[in-house]
Amino acid sequence: MALLKSCVRSGRNVFAVILRREFHKTAPALVQVTVRDALTQAMDEELERDERVFLLGEEVAQYDGAYKVSRGLWKKYGDKRIIDTPITEMGFAGIAVGSAMAGLRPICEFMTFNFSMQAIDQIINSAAKTSYMSAGLQSVPIVFRGPNGHSAGVAAQHSQCFAAWYGHCPGLKVLSPWSAEDAKGLLKAAIRDDNPVVFLENELLYGVAFEVSEEAQSKDFVVPIGKAKVERQGTRITLVSHSRYVGHCLDAAAVLAKEGIECEVINLRSIRPLDMETIESSVAKTNHLVTVEGWPQFGVGAEICARIMEGPAFNYLDAPVIRVTGVDIPMPYAKILEDNSVPQIKDIIFSVKKSLNI
Amino acid sequence: MLLSLNSMRKMLTIITNVLKGSASKNVARVVAARTYADFTAEAAFDVKKCDTHRLDDAPPTKSVLTREDALKYYRTMQVIRRMELKADQLYKQKIIRGFCHLYDGQEACAVGIEAGIKPTDHLITAYRAHGYTYTRGVSVREILAELTGRRGGCAKGKGGSMHMYANNFYGGNGIVGAQVPLGAGVALACKYLGTDQVCVSLYGDGAANQGQIFEAYNMASLWKLPCIFICENNKYAMGTSVERSSASTEYYKRGNFIPGLRVDGMDILCVKEATKYAADLCRAGKGPIVMELQTYRYHGHSMSDPGVSYRTRDEIQEVRSKSDPISLLKDRMLANNMASVEELKEIDVQVRKEIEEAAQFATTDPEPPLEELCNHIFYNDAPLEVRGTLPWAKLKSVS
Repeated sequence: MALLKSCVRSGRNVFAVILRREFHKTAPALVQVTVRDALTQAMDEELERDERVFLLGEEVAQYDGAYKVSRGLWKKYGDKRIIDTPITEMGFAGIAVGSAMAGLRPICEFMTFNFSMQAIDQIINSAAKTSYMSAGLQSVPIVFRGPNGHSAGVAAQHSQCFAAWYGHCPGLKVLSPWSAEDAKGLLKAAIRDDNPVVFLENELLYGVAFEVSEEAQSKDFVVPIGKAKVERQGTRITLVSHSRYVGHCLDAAAVLAKEGIECEVINLRSIRPLDMETIESSVAKTNHLVTVEGWPQFGVGAEICARIMEGPAFNYLDAPVIRVTGVDIPMPYAKILEDNSVPQIKDIIFSVKKSLNI
Repeated sequence: MLLSLNSMRKMLTIITNVLKGSASKNVARVVAARTYADFTAEAAFDVKKCDTHRLDDAPPTKSVLTREDALKYYRTMQVIRRMELKADQLYKQKIIRGFCHLYDGQEACAVGIEAGIKPTDHLITAYRAHGYTYTRGVSVREILAELTGRRGGCAKGKGGSMHMYANNFYGGNGIVGAQVPLGAGVALACKYLGTDQVCVSLYGDGAANQGQIFEAYNMASLWKLPCIFICENNKYAMGTSVERSSASTEYYKRGNFIPGLRVDGMDILCVKEATKYAADLCRAGKGPIVMELQTYRYHGHSMSDPGVSYRTRDEIQEVRSKSDPISLLKDRMLANNMASVEELKEIDVQVRKEIEEAAQFATTDPEPPLEELCNHIFYNDAPLEVRGTLPWAKLKSVS
């Protein structure tokens, strides 16, 4: 048990450690998997495992998915389980929620979460609140998934991050994967969960390949919802973020390591529930915290700051928490403006040094 | 045997057309000697009868076209065609990024609608908007520079392909269907302010199923708004054909209690007559009205869609050869001696030059300055401080 605990905290793969220690076999086979393929695999495995699971959304079937995340699924499972909808988000989200109420387990895809605003009433009022309003009589086992946050050159109406919006609502679980392992394990967990889950992917991550452990390649690999992952051990400062910015934090950490500053990087994985325990343990160790996200106002970083202040970790802080955020403007189109509207690695490095007073 | 002047002219046209393939200098010199007085000043053309819904009459089946207008429409459609092809080129060179939805094939819709309304009327459309941006008065230069994200763009590089605006042109809208209630709202303002202006509110076959459109239909009808709802039915909503998305594909009837017209969207004269008919109806206080333009797009949905996984190349080729809107107008003009082949070729040359110059500007104009980053968050407001990527980064915003 202690072994397990220490492995989980240090972020090392439990099975890899056990294998190495006790069996002295060859190292577990790691494969390179893109986030896109991890998502396709997750859906394929869950569609196979449970007849009640089905996918609906725009262009998910015959087009193989607007971003090819559902490639091959329609060919394999057919019209009944992979459904192309008209461009009517409010309508098909409502239909999906209704089907979940009656016992199915839908995966409702939004081509991007920007379009989920058309359907947000169904997500919040019909899905999120129902278990509570019915005192547990009526469940809504649904997953809303799709790309979230900024892409490249798609301008203001197509670049918003909805983590804060959905994270604000009780009754929803909100996930934001970064790596391929996150994508696969969290999506499988979301589909198996009996509650409405908002699954925020990122278009720019779809094509990125990650090493996936043997354990994660299994059909029963599930990542627990509500638990953050320490991607990198560190001692001087804690960097917390979700989705694409985890990569930025790791890049910043690599640069800072050359200067002898070891950063601990936490990948939130879950926006709601938020794993404050992992963050607090880390801050207790490092005494410094930087968060990274999209728009600043009323965001994930603001929530973390508030909770740090409300909890035991406040007394461990040697400097105020610094939030590195997107600029507080609608997303511009021109490349130079867009590049300067989002958190950059240099911003993270600058914040670390400022926090550490270097 | 004496030949009539008319038949002599006809013979000359026939001879010219037959010889146009050859590079005979003699023929060119002979043709160049013709004055414009030789051309037909005005002609009446048959246009297809529009299918009607809840209407006792219909737009005229004969459209009178002057030589001047014919040349203008030809040129405008060519500009749009070449501008879109240039955008395709620039996108493949990665000079245009993000989303780019091209309009080639649908030119008769934008140009025909503009011909049927006045510049003081209003228009709003979705994201396949470059053609309308041009017909509503923005130069090719400013459109291409907006696509390339430069400071000379019509939105200073901040909007991009889907967010171009002009006077009485409300974009360029990225969210499918959202522009339709907006258009009804513009029409409300027209009525409220006592003008005789109308608003053309465009959407596609994909958007036609959106609930908010039906909400807009209801209120526009209830309040008799001067709104012309126009569905540009190009048969495919991204990769989904109309049969797979719509329980009823008779989009001109979807307004139910609102009268409707189904129009040949590849024939600019048919579009013009129908639009004029619809605008007159609205100006007489009998609006709203729904129009369905049957049209076709040559490109895929956007630059990231090859456009051949859900339709055949044969289908695309068939439309190009039989129903191309520019060719249709050109054939009519030539067959009725409204212009010469050389004259039209000269226009083509000029158009190409204009597009090249605009592209040159669009690729050399500098990107917007960083000082512009936070401006225009608000309109007509006091300057404010905007949070940058870091808590102590205080940026300036003026409106």
